[in-house]
Amino acid sequence: MKILVSLVLVVAAVFLALVLAGTGLRPLFGVALPYLAFATFLIGLAWRVVRWARSPVPFRIPTTCGQQKSLAFLPHSRLDNPFTGRQAFGRMVLEVLFFRSLFRNTTATLTRDGRLVYGSEKWLWAAGLAFHWSLLVIVLRHLRFFLEPVPGFVEVLQDVDGFFQVWVPVLYLTDLVIVAAMTFLFLRRVLLPQVRYISLANDYFPLFLLLGIALTGVLMRYFFKTDLAAVKDVALGLVTFRPTAPEAAGSLFYTHLFLVCVLLAYFPFSKLVHVAGVFLSPTRNLANNNRAERHVNPWNPEVKTHSYQEYEEEFHDLMKNAGYPLERE
Amino acid sequence: MSEKPPSPKELLQIRHDPAGPDWMDTKPVFRPGTWCYGAVPKHAEYLGLPNPRKWQATDEDWGLPPDWRERILEGLNDRLKRFRSLFVFMDICVRCGACADKCHYFLGSGDPKNMPVLRAELMRSVYRRHHTLGGKLFGRAAGARDLDLDVLKEWFYYFYQCTECRRCSVFCPYGIDTAEITMMARELLNLVGININWIVEPASNCFRTGNHLGVLPHTFKDNVEFAASDLEDNTGVHVDVPINRKGAEILFVVPSADYFADPHYYTFLGYLALFHEIGLDYTFSSFASEGGNFGLFHSNEMMKRLNHKIYAEARRLGVRWILGGECGHMWRVAHQYMATMNGPADFLEVPRSPLTGTVFENARSTKMVHICEFTADLIHHGKLKLDPRRNDHLRVTFHDSCNPARAMGLLEEPRHILRAVCNHFYEMPENTIREQTFCCGSGSGLGTDENMEMRLRGGFPRANAVRHVHEKHGVNRLACICAIDKATLTPLMEYWVPEVNVGGVHELVANALVLKDEKEDRDSDLRGEKWLHMKDDEETGRKPSQDLMEGMDHA
Repeated sequence: MKILVSLVLVVAAVFLALVLAGTGLRPLFGVALPYLAFATFLIGLAWRVVRWARSPVPFRIPTTCGQQKSLAFLPHSRLDNPFTGRQAFGRMVLEVLFFRSLFRNTTATLTRDGRLVYGSEKWLWAAGLAFHWSLLVIVLRHLRFFLEPVPGFVEVLQDVDGFFQVWVPVLYLTDLVIVAAMTFLFLRRVLLPQVRYISLANDYFPLFLLLGIALTGVLMRYFFKTDLAAVKDVALGLVTFRPTAPEAAGSLFYTHLFLVCVLLAYFPFSKLVHVAGVFLSPTRNLANNNRAERHVNPWNPEVKTHSYQEYEEEFHDLMKNAGYPLERE
Repeated sequence: MSEKPPSPKELLQIRHDPAGPDWMDTKPVFRPGTWCYGAVPKHAEYLGLPNPRKWQATDEDWGLPPDWRERILEGLNDRLKRFRSLFVFMDICVRCGACADKCHYFLGSGDPKNMPVLRAELMRSVYRRHHTLGGKLFGRAAGARDLDLDVLKEWFYYFYQCTECRRCSVFCPYGIDTAEITMMARELLNLVGININWIVEPASNCFRTGNHLGVLPHTFKDNVEFAASDLEDNTGVHVDVPINRKGAEILFVVPSADYFADPHYYTFLGYLALFHEIGLDYTFSSFASEGGNFGLFHSNEMMKRLNHKIYAEARRLGVRWILGGECGHMWRVAHQYMATMNGPADFLEVPRSPLTGTVFENARSTKMVHICEFTADLIHHGKLKLDPRRNDHLRVTFHDSCNPARAMGLLEEPRHILRAVCNHFYEMPENTIREQTFCCGSGSGLGTDENMEMRLRGGFPRANAVRHVHEKHGVNRLACICAIDKATLTPLMEYWVPEVNVGGVHELVANALVLKDEKEDRDSDLRGEKWLHMKDDEETGRKPSQDLMEGMDHA
């Protein structure tokens, strides 16, 4: 049901754009919605980050995943248990760029004779990494539509991505990888009972949306001829604030663009904000130097405590008889 | 215990592939053995907690205040503004499921709501309803739901089926820590008087008498003196144990079970023997007679209230620094919270070992050193005469306690000690130790007997790994550095791996420690079990002293 609703929503978006982009509403898809969606994305995400950041971090609570820095003769695990800000930065780099924690993933199985056995489980890590890195490369490749002249690094990226020189036009590896990775992530979500059980419509919808974006892109590049000059006019027009929505760009292009707009607008209100949130996670971005540097809680509360004097008063006679040294004889 | 727990075979009739109705449509069943009793009113009253009353989870009417819903929603709102951890963790989960099979309670029960992600979703769904656009507009379709009485009961059931062990947060790509969410949920439940006696009673005792068990000062002294005489019987060494002595160099703080319960007691004897041998200038405090802190399992305010006495006593007694004994959650508090809450400890000095001169730079602000750090340093500098053959009757494995492992990274210190004091030390499989260690299944205040079935379930992954090394290497001793472990791994082992018993690291230290003034015929460990090499000697007629020399070379 959750899957169906999400799928129907994305398919409806596709048909909506396919049909309406061919009508007088095209400027809506080529001009108004992109601006609106991009503004929502920027303001929405900034608003989310500001709201998180306004909440303080009262306690220093890193999850330590290796040996602490203590005695000189014990090897300190700098990246899994950082002691300095620089080491914590290193930990974050590993986390954000290489999904360090997910790399630890295992799978537990209960055998028939009542034993738990653990296996390495790197598929989620591999698919997640493949998806995110491909997405990054693809987004950067798209800069060629928004910038004139096209920067050198974008051209290099294109060349590397098209390294295998197969198909006409040249097949980008990332196109293949991202569709495969997303297919895997979708199948995993549907087929693994644990993951299916926890999944919400909010999990299927962005997956279908991204898949829709990738597939319309692939169709445009490899199967249906698209007027690249017209596409570039739209993109350049948007960034130079001289927007235009030529018919020549084609309905498929406007559909692709519309799905991107939906994604951008949906982004700040969804789980996709993990992109920004991961940087603010107190179990990962802090050094585990609690006992060396005092962490200050800005709202450290006044609490009712019980003093030694009250304790001695209550148990005075007992303590005296037991021969304790007392503050008050 | 309310009912006899099922047999191991019955207990393992579990599946890890959840199916059936959507989780929002299922309700918990308060089965005996799977939940903890409510707080007794007098203890809640002593601490000034809201809505003290007699109640149990199976009662039809939970006796909640009429505005319970508003109180909790306001409390949630308030905590989102005070804890970035909570706010971020409510928003960024992508439900990848990496945490799902990392929780010992899920592995031992198969209950899908024990998957960390779903445990967090219990709260997230309410958060979405009130704090997100999608949740407000689309309700359940966006994974949101109202906070009603059923949801509240579900919170109670499952947030008291999380031991705050943080294993899930090791695997989470965003470091989402279910312990943090559970701690927030328990704070919220406490706002309307939903709490458990196994936490509130120790907290109330601790506030009044200084320790969870409610041991009064004269009894504390009796227990300590009794331990000293036991040690003398066993080793021939007479030790004087200082209590509330002003001007000592070090305040030594232990969990109260160490001087009260078995097998903690042998670790306590171990401390006494070690400190006597090295001539440490230290003192106990009858008021700071508890390093553990059940406030951690209640609310951050309660944690601060109970922790207050540690620095206060250090100041009153005029010590230079603090040494802490073997305890798990006590060390989470000492390491991650104490100085923030009750510091700065600028009246103390940076800890320095009087024997080796080592300055504990890693504790230069909080001024509290873990006994394993202290002892590992002694051993490294050759300050102890050790005869590891005195532990030859034991084949030892080490259980990393959750908090020292995942909230400190105290991994190598105990191992350094164990390798020096035992000849037979074997590690459990790597997925079950160090930062991936499995909880005893009874942490965070859930170690009460009425909760026994859940404890046996939650402890199953740990027991499973112990059984593995028992079968492979003949392991018969599970060493650990946590008072809750010592108390709860004992029945856990009796149930799953009865051949293995439980003890502390410093018990093994004292077993192996060659004391300067020990009696000549010292021939058994602290539990009175005869040393193997002495048995051999009796058979071969060799003099014990010969072996002692060889043993020292070996060490």
